[in-house]
Amino acid sequence: MEEIASNNIATEDKELYKGYRSKALEVLKKYNAYIWSDIDLVTDEHTFQGIILPRSETSDEFHIVLKLESGYNIGILWNKVKDIKIKGRKEAHYLIPEKEFPYSPKMPRVKLFGTGGTIASRLDYRTGAVIPAFSPGELYGSVPELADICNLETEKLYGVFSENMGPEQWIGTAEAIAKEIERGVDGIVIGHGTDTMHHTAAILSYMIQDSPIPIVMVGSQRSSDRPSSDAAYNLIHSVKAAAESDIAEVMVCMFGPTSDMYGLLHQGTRVRKMHSSYRSTFRTIGDIPIAMINREKITPLRTDYRKRREDKNFKLAPYFDDRVSIVYYYPNMKPDIIDSLIDNGYLGIIIAGTGLGHVNKPLYPALKRAQDKGIAVFMNVQTLWGYAQMYVYDTGRDLMELGVTPLANMLPEVAYVKLGWVLGQTHNIDEVKKMMLTPIAHDITEREPSNGYLIFQGGIPEVEEFISKIKK
Amino acid sequence: MEIDNFDFEFKPFEKMTDEDYAKIGFKSGLEVHQQILTEKKLFCRCPAGHYSDKYNAEILRHMRPTLSELGEYDGTALMEFKTKKEILYHINYETVCTYEMDDTPPFPMNDQALDIAIEISMLYGAHITDEVHIARKQYLDGSIPTGFQRTAIISVGGQIPYKDRFINVIQLSLEEDACREFSDIGHQRTYLTDRLGMPLIETVTAPEMRTPQEVADVNKIISQIARCTHKVRTGIGAGREDVNVSVRGGTRSEIKGVSHIEMIPKLTYNEAMRQWNLLRLREELKRRGITPDTFQAKYTDVTKLMRHSHFFPITQAISEGLSVKCIVLKGFRGLLHWQTQTDTYFSKEFSDRVRVIACLTTLPNIVHSDSQSEFIQSSEWSTLRKFTGSNEDDTLLLVWGSNQDTDTAAKEVIIRAKEATIGIPNETRQALEDCTTGFERILPGPQRMYPDTDLPPIVLKQERIDNIKNNLPIPFWEKKSYFQSLGLDEVTSDQLAVSKYSNLFQKLVNELKIDIQFTANVMINYPKKLKKHNLDFNAIEENDLYEIFKNFVNGKIPKESLFEIIRKTIINGKFSDELLPELCSQSELQAEIHQAIAELQSIKINNGQAKDKLLTAIVMKKLRYRANGNEVHKLITDILQKQEN
Repeated sequence: MEEIASNNIATEDKELYKGYRSKALEVLKKYNAYIWSDIDLVTDEHTFQGIILPRSETSDEFHIVLKLESGYNIGILWNKVKDIKIKGRKEAHYLIPEKEFPYSPKMPRVKLFGTGGTIASRLDYRTGAVIPAFSPGELYGSVPELADICNLETEKLYGVFSENMGPEQWIGTAEAIAKEIERGVDGIVIGHGTDTMHHTAAILSYMIQDSPIPIVMVGSQRSSDRPSSDAAYNLIHSVKAAAESDIAEVMVCMFGPTSDMYGLLHQGTRVRKMHSSYRSTFRTIGDIPIAMINREKITPLRTDYRKRREDKNFKLAPYFDDRVSIVYYYPNMKPDIIDSLIDNGYLGIIIAGTGLGHVNKPLYPALKRAQDKGIAVFMNVQTLWGYAQMYVYDTGRDLMELGVTPLANMLPEVAYVKLGWVLGQTHNIDEVKKMMLTPIAHDITEREPSNGYLIFQGGIPEVEEFISKIKK
Repeated sequence: MEIDNFDFEFKPFEKMTDEDYAKIGFKSGLEVHQQILTEKKLFCRCPAGHYSDKYNAEILRHMRPTLSELGEYDGTALMEFKTKKEILYHINYETVCTYEMDDTPPFPMNDQALDIAIEISMLYGAHITDEVHIARKQYLDGSIPTGFQRTAIISVGGQIPYKDRFINVIQLSLEEDACREFSDIGHQRTYLTDRLGMPLIETVTAPEMRTPQEVADVNKIISQIARCTHKVRTGIGAGREDVNVSVRGGTRSEIKGVSHIEMIPKLTYNEAMRQWNLLRLREELKRRGITPDTFQAKYTDVTKLMRHSHFFPITQAISEGLSVKCIVLKGFRGLLHWQTQTDTYFSKEFSDRVRVIACLTTLPNIVHSDSQSEFIQSSEWSTLRKFTGSNEDDTLLLVWGSNQDTDTAAKEVIIRAKEATIGIPNETRQALEDCTTGFERILPGPQRMYPDTDLPPIVLKQERIDNIKNNLPIPFWEKKSYFQSLGLDEVTSDQLAVSKYSNLFQKLVNELKIDIQFTANVMINYPKKLKKHNLDFNAIEENDLYEIFKNFVNGKIPKESLFEIIRKTIINGKFSDELLPELCSQSELQAEIHQAIAELQSIKINNGQAKDKLLTAIVMKKLRYRANGNEVHKLITDILQKQEN
């Protein structure tokens, strides 16, 4: 009993002195100075007036954080504290104002799923980080333009950073989407962290096939607590695409250029995050985006997308076997890398090879072992653009002899999720190969248009001339 | 305390006395911004201090009010959002990287900048922060592409000696500089980004200055304190100040971006007058029975009615399909002509708001019935009065522009008029060229500050602090009184105290026994002279300068060629004996003098007395200062005397 009581005190302390440990905690406790206390803190040199803030758990245990009257925060070293006078308590609440999302019978119904990420967020004082905001009321409070587009419903599926998305969340999301299509919504938007958005977009392209409605993934590169965030526009664009577009594909909707001008709708299997922080980080690889979108209109760039339908004849295939890996080849790679995958029971390996799809000779015995064990091995290119064409050089032909199957111009991450999805349905190696090579949602395309590979090289006169004209 | 005595009437600037300012309860504090001298910017590795109007690319952004500033999205905030500006940034590859564009998170804070901020803090005797927390301060005007400025408090407290008292320093922060505005027309504002991200310090004083002159004086001291470290930038735009002004019974307003200290007295005078006269205006409104509760105003579309107006901007607007709105301010007759500042009237407050908030930027952007001008004929006002159901006691205003902008404008006019019944609105104000102030935006509160989530706090280690403390320059006021004790006048002492070579000065005077006045003259006037040759006196190494003076004392450098040697040393990068002049021999000198005398005989001189001086000048020039002027002069007078005898 006593132990439980002291545990309670410990938990209570944890709340009262959130984030403080060791020395700083001792000082605060000495004066009963909880977080949010409005205090005069006296040191030999100065008397500080401010409010004690919770401390970030990743910061050290020696400093006390005060919010001064000017709004600035500063940290004071524990052993300088001579006295603390408590004047009151002022808890800060960073709430996104909630307003009821207006309903209008003529507007399309859009369902927004949340998985985490910073598409809409508010500040968390504890960590100093942003926490997601999500209810329709909160979203309407932050982006009222959404009410001019649709009737919005929201559902929080997960609250994870995108690096923590995995098969469990992918399957859960696919099943939730299926349920909404059955219910008859007009479009689906999925808020997602941007880091692995292209992985999720790809797997959803396999798990939900022949969707009659748009399924649009969206995120933001700059959190929505800043005035220049891309979040609001991305949200408006994605909701508009879900509500109004006739594109019944799994798509990623993010900024086109870094300027606040328009968004792009990318095919879920051909899109990739290409810069760690730019707003315009998403690019369609080896093809052009499906459409451009701004607040006024949606402008298709391609015509070969699947059109919106009234029926509900779609296929839900929520399968995944996670004994799959990507190996990013580098010169001098040792066969033990492949061997360890084999020894650890992996059933499928995607190799991101050099050039047209190559690895070095020392790997051959390991690849032979994989072949003998019935492990599915596929080749993609780490150049991202272009096809794995293994018949061109001897190395490629050798590798094919060893059971390595080239996957044309499928992107390595897409191949990875597809292989997991295929292995979730069959372990028959011939069947696996057949399914992998059957194009789904443009994951393999027959041809690469020359404007599917455009990386402007800065500095070159004609490029600079173009940029100085187009600007933005 | 309820103030009911507003009898005092502002006098012209020159006539105002300290007692007058005491009467109105003049109070002012400063926020002095100084760029500090670092090689690179504060949160990225772009070069600092490279300015260029050329640009390679453009970025378009919109600023959206976020929660932390406004708390709630009420109608006004949304309206502001709808009429908001398109912000264009000019990007030059050399001066801006993806950080300033807000497409890359910040890199760790520039240590050099942090050290300088700590050093200057120490000169105030401030308390250095143990752990620096970087904050985001929101700016919705677009002057920073992120929509916020990264800023951090480096120290709190400290004092500035002034007259017989001390002015308290509240805090010193280190922050990134904002963009330079290029243009602001209609709904589009354009910024240059070269200055963006450069480190600057902001010193905030308590509101303890009691007259406009005191504000300027204290500002000068603050800039001298920083300059005596020789680690701040100087020149146009390197220092800017925000001046907070209030009067008794009023509200603090902030005058932004004052670039010349000389403007401060008149600016603060005008701002104090504005506040005082707005309080008097409130009293007048009260006398007329207009209070926040009884205030009445409305607006109507009068586009059709104004089609045949005699006022060209309005008829032109209508011909372009734009709208005209008429605002009626009940019982305001004559008040738009109420003086607020020097040659400035209450109507300006409306015009400013309409320009900034409704983006109607072509002036004039309002006309009103209190105006004496003939813009709108009285018959037109009569028609409008009839149409709007108003009478002679009311003031009518007209605005013209797009339907949406004029709606915004009309609403804003009503908001501003109602504020007059309450007092002085919380505003940041622009410093205008004529030393009056104009509306810039509503003064933001401390809510606009929130922690930067991209960078962790920085612990300032004792070792780092001690290092800086041990190398601290002597505060300039201590040096100044030392120089004065040597017998130098105040202006000279003042300038010497912030000179880079003020320590060397003492050495020259004490060790080499060089004449004090002469040395002071070199230290103060040579830099100005060198500047004309596009050379920087400060570029010379202290040791080199000492060596030069040593040679001077030893007679190897004539007084007349000292400047030349210094000039050569700067160009050469360092001093060497090779730069010393080859002094001419006695025989050469004698020959030159005799030749000069012979030449002069053919010329008729009006003033015979000046003959010796003229000859000295001719000889010195010919010898290219390879001789001592005094010696030459003495020789010449001797020879002349001999000739006369």
